[in-house]
Amino acid sequence: MTSNEQTARNDWLDQIERVRDHRDQAAFAELFGYFAPRIKGFLMKSGSDATLAEECAQDVMATLWHKAHLFDPARASVATWIFTIARNRKIDLLRKQKRPEPEDLPWGPEAEPAQDDVLALQQESEQLRQALTRLPAAQRELIERAYFGDLSHSEIAAETGLPLGTIKSRIRLALDRLRHEMK
Amino acid sequence: MANIKHHLTDEILMGYSAGSLPEAFNLMVAAHVSLCDECRARLAAFDSVGGAVLDETCADAAPMKDDALAATLALIAGGPMDGAAPAPRKPGVLPKPLQDYIGGDLEAIRWRSAGLGVKQAILQTSPDASARLLLIPAGAAMPDHGHGGLEMTMVLQGAFVDDGERFGRGDVEIATEDLDHTPVADIGEDCICLAVTDAPLKFKSLLPRIAQPFLRI
Repeated sequence: MTSNEQTARNDWLDQIERVRDHRDQAAFAELFGYFAPRIKGFLMKSGSDATLAEECAQDVMATLWHKAHLFDPARASVATWIFTIARNRKIDLLRKQKRPEPEDLPWGPEAEPAQDDVLALQQESEQLRQALTRLPAAQRELIERAYFGDLSHSEIAAETGLPLGTIKSRIRLALDRLRHEMK
Repeated sequence: MANIKHHLTDEILMGYSAGSLPEAFNLMVAAHVSLCDECRARLAAFDSVGGAVLDETCADAAPMKDDALAATLALIAGGPMDGAAPAPRKPGVLPKPLQDYIGGDLEAIRWRSAGLGVKQAILQTSPDASARLLLIPAGAAMPDHGHGGLEMTMVLQGAFVDDGERFGRGDVEIATEDLDHTPVADIGEDCICLAVTDAPLKFKSLLPRIAQPFLRI
């Protein structure tokens, strides 16, 4: 898995660009091999069965192909962008709700984002990923559950038996720590 | 950009990012973030946490089926799923996500009287929470009420004052169960708000309590 892990430390920008500019299926296959099982796992932890999660992960990856030109590396990492597509698909499919989205910011004068901004954003995303792995297990688990579990804080409280106040303060601590590490 | 002082909480922004809020609350977040650069940036940070969780924690999770890549390439060959580009925002008072629910700006709202000069328009969302627009005449008070759950109210036009605090366009007041409050609209102009709640409001005087199921507020 070393090669896979090393690619992971890569930011996947090259692959996205090749998909966007050259409809490059080999680049897409690399993205697919890394992200599709993660999306599927994400959806199964959100309460989906394996069949629906598989189908949905394929949808998300197809969306990535079609919308590659909308990805802005100065605003999000590839993992974050894929996360938002998967989350929206989850709300569509599992909860059958509309998903109101904020109004997009008006486009600036330059079409291509500045390289400095891209670099800074991608580095911060990597720092955040590392900071998450360094959180104490109890805090990290609650953050993960909040994202994967499709559960509100009070539902997590009911499921874990932890008082709601404890959950809220652990999540707050975790967020404080992430913020501190990002300074 | 409006001079917004009262923002969304971390818990709400994180819930929006995670996708675990009821539709009415998502609508509040989308509407507020459309007006508030600060919360837009905070929301981007929460999305990054989601990206990191996706990247980091599922490394050995569910493998895809053997033919999954081929199936996805076939899906891609069929063309994009969602066709039409969203309609552009019309100039006006309401942020884009609200215009999408109403089908236009203020002129498209179908107000119903809620008594004492207050008007409301209920928006169609999933039943686990409710969203509505409120119009409070300039200088008038909202009926005195407490809450069974969490209520968020965002000003879209005009302003209101509650407990000595002023809330203007884009400001969000967050009220929980223990707060009895009486927002009063600023004298300048009629106040229009978006209010979302995950429980029916409880009114204190007898008459509104009887009327409540009929008014759905």
